[in-house]
Amino acid sequence: MSASRGPGRRFAGIDEVTQRLESAGYLSDDAIATVVHLADRLNKPLLVEGPAGVGKTELAKAVAATLDFPLIRLQCYEGVDETKALYEWNYKKQLLRIQAGQGAGWEELSEDIFSEPFLLERPILKAIRSAEPCVLLIDEIDKLDFEAEALLLEVLSDWQITIPEMGTLHAKELPFVVLTSNNERELSEALKRRCLYLYLDYPSAEREKQIVLQRVPAINETLAEQVVRVVKSIRELELKKAPSIAETLDWASTLLHLSITTLDAEAIRRTMPVLLKFQSDIAKAKEHLKITPEK
Amino acid sequence: MLQRVLEFTDALRDAGIPVAVSESIDALRTLDHVSLERQTAVREAFAATLVKSGPQRAAFDTLFDLYFGTGRRPDFLDQRDAGDKPATAEQLLDELRDALAGTDPSAMSDIARRAVAQLGRLGSSSREWYSNYEVLRALDLTGLLARMDAELPDDLSDLERRLIRDELERRARAFRDAVLRETRRRVAEHRGAQAVASYAVKPLPENLNFLSATADMAELRRAVRPLARKLATRVAMKRRRATRGHVDLRRTVRHSLSTGGVPMDPVLRHRAPHRPELFVLCDVSGSVSRFARFALMLTHALAAQFSRVRSFAFVDTIDEVTRFFEHEDFVAAIDRMNDEALVVSDDGHSDYGTVFERFLENYGSDVGPKTTLLVLGDARTNYRSRKAWALKELADKVRHAYWLNPEPTYDWDTGDSAASEYAALVDDMVEVRNLRQLEDFIATRL
Repeated sequence: MSASRGPGRRFAGIDEVTQRLESAGYLSDDAIATVVHLADRLNKPLLVEGPAGVGKTELAKAVAATLDFPLIRLQCYEGVDETKALYEWNYKKQLLRIQAGQGAGWEELSEDIFSEPFLLERPILKAIRSAEPCVLLIDEIDKLDFEAEALLLEVLSDWQITIPEMGTLHAKELPFVVLTSNNERELSEALKRRCLYLYLDYPSAEREKQIVLQRVPAINETLAEQVVRVVKSIRELELKKAPSIAETLDWASTLLHLSITTLDAEAIRRTMPVLLKFQSDIAKAKEHLKITPEK
Repeated sequence: MLQRVLEFTDALRDAGIPVAVSESIDALRTLDHVSLERQTAVREAFAATLVKSGPQRAAFDTLFDLYFGTGRRPDFLDQRDAGDKPATAEQLLDELRDALAGTDPSAMSDIARRAVAQLGRLGSSSREWYSNYEVLRALDLTGLLARMDAELPDDLSDLERRLIRDELERRARAFRDAVLRETRRRVAEHRGAQAVASYAVKPLPENLNFLSATADMAELRRAVRPLARKLATRVAMKRRRATRGHVDLRRTVRHSLSTGGVPMDPVLRHRAPHRPELFVLCDVSGSVSRFARFALMLTHALAAQFSRVRSFAFVDTIDEVTRFFEHEDFVAAIDRMNDEALVVSDDGHSDYGTVFERFLENYGSDVGPKTTLLVLGDARTNYRSRKAWALKELADKVRHAYWLNPEPTYDWDTGDSAASEYAALVDDMVEVRNLRQLEDFIATRL
């Protein structure tokens, strides 16, 4: 049965979460630190939602890094089912066993081929059976079919998996679970109820500047500030795809590589495609920032 | 505290945020791990357990301010206000000017607090009331922004000017919000949180009525996009297990294990999902102008998600508008459509009969068994010939025909509405007045 089911005590408090995440290279804010702290104390999975590229997956990685836990990742896509998420029977091995055991009674055989040596671990089962505590990242859960979501419910609320042929497996060590969603579809109430919810939005200008400074250390502060101001201004527009933090960082390092030290209209115009990925968005942003070349 | 939390969760439910009992228990459990002294931490802890989607957060924050930002007695406010130097609107405006130019957010909330105390008070001492309109009327924020803008040095580049202007506007917005929050807080102090909660919370975007004027278009547009995607995939993918086709060897062998390795039941591969064409017919006449805005928004979003959408707009005649929606920008697309599409040939009252007849005539050969037809309109014919046979002929040709009607069901068939007659001909006609209903339709009927 399970070893440690008491409340997790991996972090001493909210401030410690902030500090340790920062030393792992992840700048958090009050909301993030509080929710990570609670996910740890209440042993609840953490559902992180928000636009693409605001650091949802990074958060899971940072938590794994600070706790020094291995990260087990399940990347969701349409068509993921229990054989890809939970477990699968190794049917080739089972077939061999059946053929090798010609003549043996079915009773005996079926007991044998549905036992642990014939089980193939998939990410969730792996996290449950892991002797060490781990961080389980279920990425882009909104890509999962609605029906497949139900597969996760047993794991998320009771930390166990029931395999019809074998019985119920309980978690040896409770994993720290992070689910991420880009909000492409509404997740079911049942799933949301089992999780702590964190909505990650684009960061404040100040925090984004800190992130740029941390991730692109060679950049000088004035340029970082200009970068963030421009990005912030662009995000006010209604775009097909607003620039994410990841794109801000890409942009900052692009500017650095091109040895651009101050942002002017010309520099922005040349490097805009790093930030925006649709022609119509680029046109709109140029118009807004008044950097269209004079005709 | 327990009582307060329960009142708070009740208020959340009233605002349309479904809070399960287990969620309020979770919220209470978080209090063991979060110090009550840290209000931001408590707020985030409650948000994590009680709020389960991004758009609900604004309503949550409003209510949290009311239920946990207050609770002191009114005389506390008076005492604190007494410590402030009385200031005129001009003086406050001067301070605000510095705050807008600076970066200190606490200065701004302090000004908001004093401004509400001194300029926003209405009524006598027995029936005290505060109004954010009073404050914003006394403080000419727009004028201030214009003045600050005019005073920018001339040698600034256009780019720099734009960035500064955006920042000022952002801060001005923050100030308006702060004034509104402070006003509500004060009223709640005098009248109790419940009294304010009942009117303070904006309806969630999914509950906004398309026909109401207050709907925030940008917000609606953001909410429509994922729904359009859902609608498109629902129409495209009805994955059922195939009953004929290629054998999936891997899964057949896997299944054969239960019969001792003898493949008794061949498992078939999923068939490639059906790729339908979607034809959207959208009523853009005056009687449904607000709904039409939404309908066009949905059409536009569908066109972006889904390559095989053809859209048609109609009033008393119908024209294909697909080419306008290839344009990325919604507003630009609508402008071009209004200029160029021929949707009115007579008097500008919708004429469903003629529309269906013309559609059948001009595009009838394009629809076929792969087509899904989606009609968006109120089925009000202005007492003209209904020509149900034309719709019937269309509905017979296509794979599915659906009708989204913005009128409440009880208004159907009143006056010139031909709702039931048309409804009988299509697969389904449903009342869709807000996004929630649209979502229900997509989830359950399609």
